[in-house]
Amino acid sequence: MLLIHCPYCDETLPESEFAYAGEAHINRPADPSALSDEEWRDYLFIRTNARGPHYERWRHIHGCGRFFNAVRDTVSDRFLMTYEAGEARPDLTVKEAAE
Amino acid sequence: MTHFSAMSLLRNALTGHKNWREQWPDSQPKAEYDVVIVGAGGHGLGAAYYLAKEHGITNVAVIDKGWLGGGNTGRNTTIIRSNYLYDESARLYDHALDLWENLSQELNYNVMYSKRGVMMLAHNVHDVQSFQRHVHSNRLNGVDNRWLTKEEAKAFCPPLNISPDARYPVMGAALQMRAGTARHDAVAWGYARAAAARGVDIIQNCPVIAIRRGPDGSVQGVDTAKGFIKAKKVAVSAAGNTSVVMDSAGVRMPLESFPLQALVSEPVKPIFPCVVMSNTVHAYISQSDKGELVIGSGTDQYTSYSQRGGLPLIEHTVAAICEVFPIFNRMRMLRKWGGIVDVTPDRSAILGKTPVEGLYVNCGWGTGGFKATPGAAHTLAWTVAKDEPHPINAPFTLERFTTGRLIDEAAAAAVAH
Repeated sequence: MLLIHCPYCDETLPESEFAYAGEAHINRPADPSALSDEEWRDYLFIRTNARGPHYERWRHIHGCGRFFNAVRDTVSDRFLMTYEAGEARPDLTVKEAAE
Repeated sequence: MTHFSAMSLLRNALTGHKNWREQWPDSQPKAEYDVVIVGAGGHGLGAAYYLAKEHGITNVAVIDKGWLGGGNTGRNTTIIRSNYLYDESARLYDHALDLWENLSQELNYNVMYSKRGVMMLAHNVHDVQSFQRHVHSNRLNGVDNRWLTKEEAKAFCPPLNISPDARYPVMGAALQMRAGTARHDAVAWGYARAAAARGVDIIQNCPVIAIRRGPDGSVQGVDTAKGFIKAKKVAVSAAGNTSVVMDSAGVRMPLESFPLQALVSEPVKPIFPCVVMSNTVHAYISQSDKGELVIGSGTDQYTSYSQRGGLPLIEHTVAAICEVFPIFNRMRMLRKWGGIVDVTPDRSAILGKTPVEGLYVNCGWGTGGFKATPGAAHTLAWTVAKDEPHPINAPFTLERFTTGRLIDEAAAAAVAH
């Protein structure tokens, strides 16, 4: 059972309160009608599927109901951080240097 | 290679079983191969076998980061069936089923294919309509599948609870009699033995670090933990790790890797005659020849490479089993494990050429790759040997995610593998 920190509730709670919501920081195209087939493919279907730190969205469905982002190591399943939706993608190298 | 027969068994019995030879050598890589296959699971080993047998290409290496058959080949619940909705899928899986029929004889290795029947339970009106549509579609495609009333389902599988006051009452079932199970390890071992006998090198504990491409973009070989191996063609059949391997060749994949868990009970005497799947309550169950109940669950909700998965899913699965088969609610479970399955957006496999010359891919089998093993291996070998897809795997291209010509088994409902 994963323990996940909701940045809105500021509590660390069991996985069963949360729903996974796919890779984070995939922005909807600003001008959809201008996209080529390849760009649509990349937006809709291509995923990083990282082995290691993975930027992903979660939703606190049985709590505040809000979406937030997380960085999780997909080899160990350890959460490196969670942060509010809308925040810029954190640079992990900077964080490690600060520690 | 020792040919297995009653005579060889007798001869070895009389000499105290001291003269059995190794089934295949643990090879070290040569400098160059015609074809390198990444991933020594059933699919990869099978492709090597068919390359050697049907296409005369024997300068082949199968490379794996771990041991042979130690990935999803050795971690699945061994279910074999072909009752898929769409024409493309039905052809592909039924091709595999045709090959399963004679696989033990072909490989001279008992893969213990048992046509015990796979029964899929319908628990609500939508299930009934969807499964009946599957039955009709399958029969038009010449695929065995038929509809059972709940009483017929109970007669076929006596432990089933068909009482109307069950939380998810059984309203009927679809039964494919040609479907069943096989011994998963034996499939990998049988293909490995038969491929090695034809000159294929099987290289274990040798992670592929990257696929190397030349200045013209075509494949040159693979960088591995044991050095660079030159290859004219590379076929990636690496299941959950396909994205990582393909990334190294500069090809981004429409895949996500999820843990898929299974568990087995303590062994008991024969009680369960078939395979039962319930997609609605998420439970798949059969009994192995050792007597363990083999139970499969759905994928965990998050992507992972951990080969573990979480306990909530196991609890959910076991609850469903106890609901459908109350007879098992005091069974003790022995162990659980997870495999990493690569899932495509339309829940159909990708099997064919890639934008890179000399690079081929066989992936995206999601939660149901075991049943396809001989069919995937056979058509992958064809594709690699002839540099063009076999008619059966031709629709399963990587390009379909650009053109939109998806094979949307995910939307076809009741698609759990």
